[in-house]
Amino acid sequence: MIKHDILIVGGGLTGLRAAVGLCDRFDVGLVSKVYPTRSHSIAAQGGINAPLANNPDSRDDTWEKHTFDTVKGSDYLADQDAAELMCREAAPIVYEMEHWGCPFSRFADGTIAQRPFGGAGYPRTCYSADITGHVLLNTLYERAVAKGVKIYPEWFVTALSIEAGQCHGVVVLDMRTGELIPVAAGTTFFGTGGYGRVFQHSTNALINTGSGIGMAYAAGAPLKDMEFVQFHPTCLIGTSILMTEGCRGEGGYLVNNQGERFMQRYAPTAMELAPRDIVSRCIQTEINEGRGFEHPLGTYIQLDLRHLGAQKIQERLCGIRQISIDFVGVDPVDEPIPIRPAQHYSMGGIDVDIRCASEVRGFYTGGECSCVSVHGANRLGGNSLLDTIVFGKVASRTIGEDPEVRTRRPDERALLKLKEEVERTLRKLASPGSERPALLQAELSAMMSEKVGIFRTREELTQALQKVIEFKERYRSVGVTSAARHMNYELTGAVELGYMLEVAHTIVLGAILREESRGSHFRLDFNTRNDADWLKHTIARMGSDGSPAISFKEVTITRYEPKERKY
Amino acid sequence: MIKASAYTFKILRYDAAEPGNAPRFATYRINVIPGLTVLTVLLRIREELDGTLAFRSSCRSAVCGSCGMVMNGEIGLACRTQVATFESDTIILEPLPNLEVIRDLVVDLTPFWQMYEKIQPYLIRQSPVPDKEIPQSEAERQRIDQFVNCILCACCYGACPVLAREPGYVGPAAAAKLARFVLDSRDERPGAALETVDDEKGVWACDTVFRCIDACPKEVRPTDGIVDLRKAILKHRFHKLLGKSEP
Repeated sequence: MIKHDILIVGGGLTGLRAAVGLCDRFDVGLVSKVYPTRSHSIAAQGGINAPLANNPDSRDDTWEKHTFDTVKGSDYLADQDAAELMCREAAPIVYEMEHWGCPFSRFADGTIAQRPFGGAGYPRTCYSADITGHVLLNTLYERAVAKGVKIYPEWFVTALSIEAGQCHGVVVLDMRTGELIPVAAGTTFFGTGGYGRVFQHSTNALINTGSGIGMAYAAGAPLKDMEFVQFHPTCLIGTSILMTEGCRGEGGYLVNNQGERFMQRYAPTAMELAPRDIVSRCIQTEINEGRGFEHPLGTYIQLDLRHLGAQKIQERLCGIRQISIDFVGVDPVDEPIPIRPAQHYSMGGIDVDIRCASEVRGFYTGGECSCVSVHGANRLGGNSLLDTIVFGKVASRTIGEDPEVRTRRPDERALLKLKEEVERTLRKLASPGSERPALLQAELSAMMSEKVGIFRTREELTQALQKVIEFKERYRSVGVTSAARHMNYELTGAVELGYMLEVAHTIVLGAILREESRGSHFRLDFNTRNDADWLKHTIARMGSDGSPAISFKEVTITRYEPKERKY
Repeated sequence: MIKASAYTFKILRYDAAEPGNAPRFATYRINVIPGLTVLTVLLRIREELDGTLAFRSSCRSAVCGSCGMVMNGEIGLACRTQVATFESDTIILEPLPNLEVIRDLVVDLTPFWQMYEKIQPYLIRQSPVPDKEIPQSEAERQRIDQFVNCILCACCYGACPVLAREPGYVGPAAAAKLARFVLDSRDERPGAALETVDDEKGVWACDTVFRCIDACPKEVRPTDGIVDLRKAILKHRFHKLLGKSEP
């Protein structure tokens, strides 16, 4: 058994920021299923929002205006005190990352460059070309190395131990040796990322299974607002690789097969820079109504950058250009990029308060795996990198101030018991079974993309619910090829599939119950927002029968009264 | 161009946990369509044909650096390599050289990360922290641009002929990372910090045969960084000789 005062799970931006904030004062261990620089934070492209007022067009930008844009973008489901906190912390966080070496792009006056982004009243998205996540993650990893954070790379967390309302740590599989190791900690922090792979068409990395969310839920922690799934408007056809919102921030057009910039019909003021939920629905509508382009990989809409010119594309969107050439053979300098919407982000997640604390003693979470909520029903572009670092920092502050942090003792017997359970699960997964885990996962994700997508109906959601229940039943028959525990990706994938099914179940059930349309959750059978009945968070808890039981929680409103969203 | 509807993939299999079983090639026949990448093929083999095949992968878009390997003799990322770009319909996949194999295409990256940590891969400042950003001109930012792009995939480490004969060599990736900081207008590390790479296992060991540049999937030129570091070291030695404090 390994012991730490504070255990951090996840080596992305949130986990690293929490570790960097705590390692000087406490005994911290950070566990990650991949080397930290492989975490999905690396793939964020466009930027991080902060009202620095560096752009000549944003001189009177303030954190209050950033908060308003965030709350409006959330379709008023965000907790406004939390959004205020995030936006107040934005400028200090960006300066801190810069002081730690983050190589942001610069304006001619030597200040950090800022570009326009969707749903924002001012150009406040700080960036480094189109590799902003890459530079931020490298900077935080460098900081963690400088501070000597104890990191366990390629340690796969199999289960979370919660007993008697307290968290006792996790059971990990050391992927290299195949050894099952209980890690005891008085405080456990999850920065485990989103669940994109629950959907077939997703911009997310293969590691984004949402297993952290699923294992917290299975251990007894409630989830919040799981029905809110962000679909990014511009993803490469075929692979669904992200084409950053920065493409439109830099001036790119969306064009249908009539040669029309169709956004003028839907959002005449914001045009291509309306928030993501709206732009994705518009693109899907154009495709559904026959105004898309046909391609063997599917129907698409054009993202046209040609008028930006070769130099600007090469300077600001170099990565996009390369991906487009590598994966569809299209050079955006000469041809429009073929795109369509795909799953991109999880607004919902583990239910935590504004301090990153869950209802379980000693269990904290931050970043995409958690729901504070700062993004409500729809996240603005540039606010996720911000969320990851701000709430990593907030968590380090909260945990550091937790009066029990040095004295709370995990129950090692509970952990050893959990290890035995995991041992049984692994043995069962390695015994002959009729279901291949990867194929069952493919069926699940295809079903979720088909029935729980941008436009939803009760009929399809009900079918989806039946399917999830059927998949959960079939999961009992999953068997992997080899019982070896080391570098057995089929085995770890099978463990994760169990958690993905739980995550999918909460998404579908939340989507069925929420009979309104708000932000990313659009019901064709209830196509308007209904504040009277639904201005509230959905809370999913695992019931005694293994199905989610749903309850509700009030939304915190401070100074921005809900209004109709127009862009 | 696609050469045949079904391709033959020969993958070098080995499990360090079973040292008695010598490395061997396993053969798989896979139907190929345009746009298929080597990573997609590997995933399909693991998902449908052979669940025991071990390889790393994550982002699928050449940004996370997980899937470096040797493909028909060339080092690169499996996720951005199109099957159709090979001259033949037989494709041989092997793990990155210069690193011990753990299982199949998964290598032990410990020495790679040890070198990374050794060179102090972080911004070092002496001046007080300003309220806002430390100013940096666009030209200054551009100087570090190529090195910033490094995704730490270890392709250059696998390609380096010096590492093949001198396992203690700092290697191209770590040197490029150090250059990224030494060339950063904001970095204030003392010249003495360069002494960690100022020996026969440091930047002077490089053969300057540019294999690292050929292998890099992100168009980083580690050799440029090594040359820059050599210059900075000579400058530091010169200052030291004259007993001058450094600027």
